[in-house]
Amino acid sequence: MYALREAIAAFRRAPVLTGLASAMVGLALYVVGLFGLATYNLQLALSSIEERVEVAVYLRDDARQSEIDLLLTELAAIPEVRSVRFISKRDALERARVELPEFGALFTDLEVNPLPQSLEVELRPGSRSPDIVQRVSEAALLYPFVEDARYGREWVDKLFTLRRIGAATTAVLGSAFALVAALIIGTALRIAIFARREEIYVMRLVGATNGFIRRPFLLEGAMAGLLGGAIAWALTYATYRGVYTYLFEVAWMPDSWVALALGAGCLFGAFSSLLAIRRHLEDL
Amino acid sequence: MIKLTNVSREYPKRGYALRDVSFHLKKGEFAFLTGHSGSGKSTTMRLVHMSDRPTKGEVRVTGFSSEKVTQRHIWKVRRRVGFVFQDFRLLPGRTAQENVAFVLEVTGTPRAAITSRAQRLLSQVGLSTMAGAYVNELSGGEQQRVAIARALANDPLVLLADEPTGNLDDRATRGVLDLFWDINAKGMAVLMATHDLELVRRYPHARVFELDHGELVFDSAEG
Repeated sequence: MYALREAIAAFRRAPVLTGLASAMVGLALYVVGLFGLATYNLQLALSSIEERVEVAVYLRDDARQSEIDLLLTELAAIPEVRSVRFISKRDALERARVELPEFGALFTDLEVNPLPQSLEVELRPGSRSPDIVQRVSEAALLYPFVEDARYGREWVDKLFTLRRIGAATTAVLGSAFALVAALIIGTALRIAIFARREEIYVMRLVGATNGFIRRPFLLEGAMAGLLGGAIAWALTYATYRGVYTYLFEVAWMPDSWVALALGAGCLFGAFSSLLAIRRHLEDL
Repeated sequence: MIKLTNVSREYPKRGYALRDVSFHLKKGEFAFLTGHSGSGKSTTMRLVHMSDRPTKGEVRVTGFSSEKVTQRHIWKVRRRVGFVFQDFRLLPGRTAQENVAFVLEVTGTPRAAITSRAQRLLSQVGLSTMAGAYVNELSGGEQQRVAIARALANDPLVLLADEPTGNLDDRATRGVLDLFWDINAKGMAVLMATHDLELVRRYPHARVFELDHGELVFDSAEG
């Protein structure tokens, strides 16, 4: 109770200093927030491209329906496969007419449908890597009535290279941003605690226990972290709205990310305070 | 109450600040610790307060030994020893009463009792009418009285004062010394470090320890 009262009183007694500390925490986390927003949207973009990764298994015209059904069942049984759809020659032509209207006349005048019947194999999310796609297409090619199996090898490879670069960039830049934010938050709280070193000194002088001294600072750090997190959230949201309204369509981060960032700010604030106060507890 | 047995304090660069000092201040005694600047007075006070540890020998304060008490349990010693500084070390931006109440609060005095106890302590040092004044509005002598009230907040067994009159004029000095004698008359041991021999001579009944270059060269109890 004393700890909470003191933590609130500290905000009231030195509003400029604690306000500045929270603002510094807020700005540091804002950079992390912007990075999170960019990462999330990049991930969404890559995922939407990735969703198009599928294996097209072209079948010979003389393939029997029982053979096709068997292959369909076999492919559907592969754990990484989400669904397998049969496209008849007629369906393929119909689709070509819709998707390629510029060749409409050509498709209308046909005497024989040249398009093959096929199976479209859709993979589960997270199972669209080049090796899995290749494995599924090779499994299909084992059947003699399969003419070909294609998955756009080149662009799948490129997509996954892009994904790996994205993941590495996220890890490296994210860690760097988090580290810089951590240093700024740590420094801001150190300054706030340094300003109150006399108070800590007096507490030690008169026999307050270390735990008793630590608690209000711990809470104060957590509050500064939370307040900074809230500032960062507000700034990031304002930026998101600005970009969405005036530049291009972007998605807002999931609530779990926001909650995680606020929780992390709060915990990190408390942890930084704990580290900063340790030195002062050894002073006397 | 305070017992130093063959105490030495050596610093890596400075060398010996205290060398083989022994004395015993009993319950209810009043003693001056004198000596020139750099003679080891402040080092002795820090050792008695256990904010520093001897490199040799043992310091015993109110039953706690420097050889046994850990940093984690140092608060137990501090609650039995009041400390007054030359520069007061009060918390600025707080009133006289808040400075005293702060100590009571951080050492676990029930909240309901804090205000009345802080007022009683301030009236004990003659500052009952100044309780609501901010410490930076008070004179040096008044600030030192607040510091003394703060030092008494835990009902200590010993009062340590390191050059408490160093920043005060003659009148305020006399007031602070009278207050120390009043406190001592109630049974509390008082050890006051000062370089002011004129002041020491004014109180011939007090015990006097004199330090010179880190060595105890005079103890009035031993003649």
